[in-house]
Amino acid sequence: MRNPWLWALLVAGLTACNAEQSTLHVFGAEARAVRQMALVLTIGAVLIVAIMVALYVRAVRAPEGRLSHDGGMRMVLWLGAIGPTLILTALLIYALPAMRPRATAPGDLTIRVEGEQFWWRVAYDPASDLSPLSSANEVRIPVGRTVIFELTARDVIHSFWIPGLAGKMDMIPGRTNRLVVQAEKAGRYRGVCAEFCGLSHALMAFDVVAMDGADFDAWMARSRAASTGVTASRGARLFDAHGCGGCHAIRGTPHDADIGPDLSRFGERPTLGAGILPPTPANVAAFIRFPQDAKPGARMPAYPQISVADARAIADYLKGLK
Amino acid sequence: MSLHDQDDPALRAAQEDRLRAVWKPPQGLFLRWTDTNNNRVGVWYVLTAFGFMLFAGVLALIMRTQLAVPDNDLVSANSFNQLFTLHGSMMMFLFAVPMFEAVSIILLPQLLGARDLPFPRLSAFGYWSFLIGGVFVSGSIFFNAAPDGGWFMYPPLTTRTDLSGLGADIWMLGLSFIEVSSVAAAVELIVGVLKCRPPGMRLNLMPLYAWYILVVAVMILFAFPPLIAGDILFEMERLLDWPFFDANRGGDPLLWQHLFWIFGHPEVYIIFLPSIALFAMLVPTFANRHLLGYPWIVLAAVGTAFLSFGLWVHHMFTTGLPKISLAFFSAASEAVAIPTGVQIFVFIATLWAGRVTWSTPLLYATGSLAIFVIGGLTGVMVAVAPFDWQAHDSYFIVAHLHYVLIGGTLMPLFAGLYYYWPLITGKKLSDRLGRIAFWMLFAGANLTFFPMHLSGLMGMPRRVFTYPAELGLGGLNLMSTAGAYLFAAGVAVICVDLALSPRRAKAPRNPWNAGTLEWLAHPDDEDWGIRSVPLVESRYPIWDQPDFVRKVDEGRFFLPDAEEGRRETIVTTVLDARPLAVIRLGTPSVKPMLTAIALGGVFIFTTYHLYWAALACGIATLACTLWWLWTGTAEIPEKPCKPIGHGLELPLYLSGPAAPGWWAMFITMMADATAFSGLVFGYFFFWTRHADFPPATMADGPGILWPMVALAVGVIGWLATIGARDIHARGGVAAARILLLLGITHSIVGVGAGLAGPWTSGLDPQAHSYPAIVWTLAIWTSAHAGVAAIMQGYALARSLAGKMNPDHDADLRNVSIYMHFYALSAVVTYATIGLFPEVA
Repeated sequence: MRNPWLWALLVAGLTACNAEQSTLHVFGAEARAVRQMALVLTIGAVLIVAIMVALYVRAVRAPEGRLSHDGGMRMVLWLGAIGPTLILTALLIYALPAMRPRATAPGDLTIRVEGEQFWWRVAYDPASDLSPLSSANEVRIPVGRTVIFELTARDVIHSFWIPGLAGKMDMIPGRTNRLVVQAEKAGRYRGVCAEFCGLSHALMAFDVVAMDGADFDAWMARSRAASTGVTASRGARLFDAHGCGGCHAIRGTPHDADIGPDLSRFGERPTLGAGILPPTPANVAAFIRFPQDAKPGARMPAYPQISVADARAIADYLKGLK
Repeated sequence: MSLHDQDDPALRAAQEDRLRAVWKPPQGLFLRWTDTNNNRVGVWYVLTAFGFMLFAGVLALIMRTQLAVPDNDLVSANSFNQLFTLHGSMMMFLFAVPMFEAVSIILLPQLLGARDLPFPRLSAFGYWSFLIGGVFVSGSIFFNAAPDGGWFMYPPLTTRTDLSGLGADIWMLGLSFIEVSSVAAAVELIVGVLKCRPPGMRLNLMPLYAWYILVVAVMILFAFPPLIAGDILFEMERLLDWPFFDANRGGDPLLWQHLFWIFGHPEVYIIFLPSIALFAMLVPTFANRHLLGYPWIVLAAVGTAFLSFGLWVHHMFTTGLPKISLAFFSAASEAVAIPTGVQIFVFIATLWAGRVTWSTPLLYATGSLAIFVIGGLTGVMVAVAPFDWQAHDSYFIVAHLHYVLIGGTLMPLFAGLYYYWPLITGKKLSDRLGRIAFWMLFAGANLTFFPMHLSGLMGMPRRVFTYPAELGLGGLNLMSTAGAYLFAAGVAVICVDLALSPRRAKAPRNPWNAGTLEWLAHPDDEDWGIRSVPLVESRYPIWDQPDFVRKVDEGRFFLPDAEEGRRETIVTTVLDARPLAVIRLGTPSVKPMLTAIALGGVFIFTTYHLYWAALACGIATLACTLWWLWTGTAEIPEKPCKPIGHGLELPLYLSGPAAPGWWAMFITMMADATAFSGLVFGYFFFWTRHADFPPATMADGPGILWPMVALAVGVIGWLATIGARDIHARGGVAAARILLLLGITHSIVGVGAGLAGPWTSGLDPQAHSYPAIVWTLAIWTSAHAGVAAIMQGYALARSLAGKMNPDHDADLRNVSIYMHFYALSAVVTYATIGLFPEVA
């Protein structure tokens, strides 16, 4: 009965190639180890199901008395108790090493990520002497180096999950959790919030960019400088006039508020609204006027009083920040 | 009465007329709802729980429709969050647990050859509470006010009133009310199993279903109270702004997660073990032999229950707990598979050794086992912490838990439905429709949930109202949706089968040729339960004891008559079921319903912040309870003893540890103490979280003086009551009354002294988690002091009214049990809040 479905599943699974956000398309060492483990566990589970089905069919078909009382008790003892005990003990021993976190050294890159309804506040090297580099809704990591994520939340519980990189870790107000990872392959990926956090929990994702070490270092150096594109444009004036700087920071301008997402180098971001929309100027303008249309429950107030043209000018200004 | 007398058909007919008259259900449009007989209340209970299951199933269908294609906008985020919260909460609290209790209320007396459960009115109270609470919680979705924080209700999302609305209160208070009714049913079932077995049915002859009821009811007793404690803290934060879960004021969101999952994990086994119990009844029937390995399966059930309390942290593997505790809980989570393996292999070995009669119930049981085994194996996978870090809160878990719950609860219930329908209605369900439905359910469940393993591993988180097309999850989700509709159609076929049942002819008695007592039920059901209470000498008496059915039917065993026109059943000893007494059972009454309505008012009015109305309902609840107890319990019989046949003469009154009432009190207080320990756990949890607890600004806490005064008066009140009990038993009625009066005074002083500590030291419960938890402990114990005063007053009044005397002192003995637990709470509370800051 199930066979046609299994085939359909297999086909669907193979055709639906999702390389961005999947525990099966890995780009980190931790996720690779777990995928390996998942394979072993699945094979074991399939074998056990097959054995159980075979035993059950024999049990139902066996004529009365084929199995004596003592034989039955031996079966319960060996197959029901001793067998599972041995298998589970082996499994525990197999899995224990993977529970140990990756070792860290003093110079390792630390990235602090804070979850908020419904976006991500990101800070690179938060303890460094250089000016801290903050960002939002995008995490960049160097390939081949150990990275320590420090995870917490300001409002409610969120969970930080980059399926291709490593398992998830909760972000809990009042606590700071550590997740230590190492990326193995450069590329663009996606992370999501995995703990239900309110109205737009489904719309809380982020972009992950794994870069070669040298590229990453260059990017860090470039990013610590002021955003390019900070000019006295109409969009910039409107940004000031409507008080956008009351919540948002842009490096190289007087705006350094930390209520909403940091918009420095906004033009570099691959998505808008924490991983949910393509960052076209039209989308940005619409988001400025009615954020709740794209993202129910978003904390940013709506600005219906900003005209479409003005919103578009602000969007163009933001898109120019690189 | 000798055996010989029962040979006379005229005598038997006269006995039957008397039994029929005594057990006649109340008639009339309203009065019929005041019935308390387990057959009637059990059926209402089952139908109501079934209705909630269908309702919650429809919610799931709406969700699956929304998720059928990516970027769908059929329902809003707001509605979707209400849908999944209510779906999970209803299936757990309004279907799975109540359904077990409902089925047990119907079956237990029949399994034990009892006329009814020991406290029929308590069952009715539980039912009405369940109905009111259930309608309140589930109806909220029609007002767009349903809870929307997930069935786990994690704070701070749910405790911050700016982030969550009335729904959170509806969840907390509505379901707390239902938890109360669940605990009430658990008390009823435990006492039923321990005290109301037929003579000769020693513990090791008990039908396995009764063993499982015992195990599961004990689990309810210890699992629900921590959640009730959590609910109390939760509502204190929501209604009064006491910061238990607010990290900015010394609280911690993880405290809720611990309390919730200390309940939540045993809950899984609370709803799974009863299904194994149904298998344990029907497998021997269809294998045509005794179940093989009776002691093994009992030990496995007890072992599962024990282990299930040590696994809760596996729901918290991603909260950043120390790795060593992950390893420990990983091991414990895997270990629970061992007793489960034993139970499954007991069934396989029994089928192997026996001669299998294939049937629709067995088909369902087989299908459930297959689905359950898959769910169990993915359970072992997620018990491995590193795998769980990926799978946790993804659709992989949705797949896992539905395999477990469909294979471990829903399908077994359908097996039980097809098996026991003839017992309840006298008619069989259609084999043909049953099989069609089975294959739809089996295919539907696999088609819905198997793809979810993959969609979860492909990165689809749980509780999302939509997902982007780019992730390539559309195909898998469409399959799941199609499967959900197929599954729903299968349920519809079963409903059609049930609806056709009244038109079908009666089946023969015991149509499956089973061997256990419940199949004595006659198709032309009489309300008296069993014609005469048998002497049981085997686990399968219908198979093993010669002429058994005829002897029961002809009243040749015990208690074949109702000479005094009273509803009665036999009470036996806990271990070896020696007959102890005949007890008079509660008759139909409106009191349980009124008490449930009043108590419901307390919870519902509190939800809407109508505190004066809630207080009025609280007073009404107390009044109804006292009225119910005063008129219906510990009645002094008109004669000390009565004959029950075979030359046996049994007393009509019991007090102390022999009495069902004493056990009920003791068990209730165990639940109370467990809830209390949940609050104490909160205190010490905060202490381990903070380097300075109490914080420096309130280092003196509530001081030492008042807590010690409260402790002293508590202990004196307790000693006075114990003294009253002992002196009263030796005939010192006047001295006992004076001691009770002394006890009342000290209990009343205890209320004030308990609150005086935090009050006089000016602890502000909104400032920090420390004063909040100190206040909570003090209020808890002071409230218990208040109840102590009422109970001591009740005993005194009973004595003055002549309803209690040295030979009939059940009231005073039950009050003493309460006082033991009150004294224990006082010692722990006042030592903790008064002395612990000095040593910490």
